[in-house]
Amino acid sequence: MSLRPEEYYRGVRMAPYDLVKEALVASGAVIVAVLVLAAVFSSPDVPPLTIRRVAGETPLVFLQVALGDLDGGGDIASYGPPYNHGTGSVQYIGPVSLQKAMGVQTPIDTARDFVIDPLHELARYDDRLARALAAFEAAPHLQQDWEKAYRGALTKALIRGHAVSVPAGDYGPVGTLMANLLSMGQSGALDGFLLTSSHFYQTDYTRPLLFIQGDPMHSEAAATHLLGTQWGMMNETGSYPGQAWLWLYTFWYQIPPYSTSPNGDAYVWLTMAALTLMLILVPFIPGLNRLPRYLGLYKLIWRDHYYDQRMMHSQ
Amino acid sequence: MSLTRQIRERVVRALPPERLLPDQQPAYVHSYVYLLGILTLVSFVLLVLSGTVLAAFGPQWWHGSATGRFFNSIHFWSVQVFFFCMVLHLWAQFFMGAWRDGRAMTWVTGAVTFVAAIGTAFTGYLSQQNFDSQWIAVQGKDAMNAVGLGGFFNLLNFGQMYGFHVFILPWLVALLVVVHVLQVRLRGVVKPYPPEERTPSPAGRRTAPKA
Repeated sequence: MSLRPEEYYRGVRMAPYDLVKEALVASGAVIVAVLVLAAVFSSPDVPPLTIRRVAGETPLVFLQVALGDLDGGGDIASYGPPYNHGTGSVQYIGPVSLQKAMGVQTPIDTARDFVIDPLHELARYDDRLARALAAFEAAPHLQQDWEKAYRGALTKALIRGHAVSVPAGDYGPVGTLMANLLSMGQSGALDGFLLTSSHFYQTDYTRPLLFIQGDPMHSEAAATHLLGTQWGMMNETGSYPGQAWLWLYTFWYQIPPYSTSPNGDAYVWLTMAALTLMLILVPFIPGLNRLPRYLGLYKLIWRDHYYDQRMMHSQ
Repeated sequence: MSLTRQIRERVVRALPPERLLPDQQPAYVHSYVYLLGILTLVSFVLLVLSGTVLAAFGPQWWHGSATGRFFNSIHFWSVQVFFFCMVLHLWAQFFMGAWRDGRAMTWVTGAVTFVAAIGTAFTGYLSQQNFDSQWIAVQGKDAMNAVGLGGFFNLLNFGQMYGFHVFILPWLVALLVVVHVLQVRLRGVVKPYPPEERTPSPAGRRTAPKA
């Protein structure tokens, strides 16, 4: 139970203090500092990455991503909850997986959502594509062979500008499907299709972001020093300060076991939750609540006060 | 029995005007370290004001016009100043053992405000609508998904993150700041640690100070 200030400060030397003046001076200082910083340095604004740009500038990467979505070998195709029932990115804390426990809440079927459905839209105006799609869907037992053959063909692909030529092979209609999806990507139609669903207005970028979240976005992030191994999220594009206050969170990703464990994200969360709780509960944790006394930095902070006291006692 | 009168009398008793806006403070408060709290508060107000202007005109404005870009820059640098002052304030209060003498809840609300402010800034970075926000979203989603939060708190959903950033979390931070400041005014700032009392040990080494 704390005393009222009048009782608590009994015997303490008081001095006049103008709180409002202090607030006004502080406001002036902060406003001037911020206006100068804003005027001189502006703010970071690297344009977002689009599927159109990925398909245009790196068509081979686009095709590899799209093929991974189609054949189920891509990161998101096998991710697990909340997108699907895969196991590729499911994390555990001990025997418990909160990720699995929460289940699939944002269903994503990469083959259907990212490849087949957009191509069906395009096939309404293209008979050849419609036939290729029909052939693909009518032969589920051959799809894996075709996809495998096309993946092999991509390793020998020739790139001329925005066009990708693959050697002839036994990949059935997959070549036609991929070529059309690439065209759709390069025209910008795929950006729009993945953003749009049954609603006119959209603010949910889950599907287009999941489409480019792998190699396309990592290449861009590596160039701007934003990878996880480069202190990722706390950095900002360009030379701007980022979220420096996330330094401790980001720090764990740089060291084992967090950096090497397949459950690294969950462990970082657990560690940060424990540390955050400790920070909040410092006053109640024996030892920690006395640490400042032992560290002694308070002597520097209140040096004038202790000096005055010593002078008073010496008189 | 009038509830209104009871509440009014209790509020006035706990926070009389001279305690809310004191014109006298302990002499040791005349130090730069005590400015960090008010600097944090002022930069938060500037954040809210610049954020309100950005919200009023919308994302196309802050990307597409020079004035919008300037207000975006004001908001960006305000958050840097805000966290710079807030972190220094937090460390200073830690080294001063500011929770002593019945001030534990003042520390707790301050620390919770810090955590809530990190969430507010995080959703702000997600709302920028540039490459950085895309990257933070796709990186952060794995952490959210790993602990089962990704289905509810979807970092890839701009609409949801923007809502959290411009309404839910700022209100939470503002409420916590009000409670924190009222607690400071209610109890006053903590006194300096009493001077160390050291006694020589038999071996001639000095014992640890008394907390």
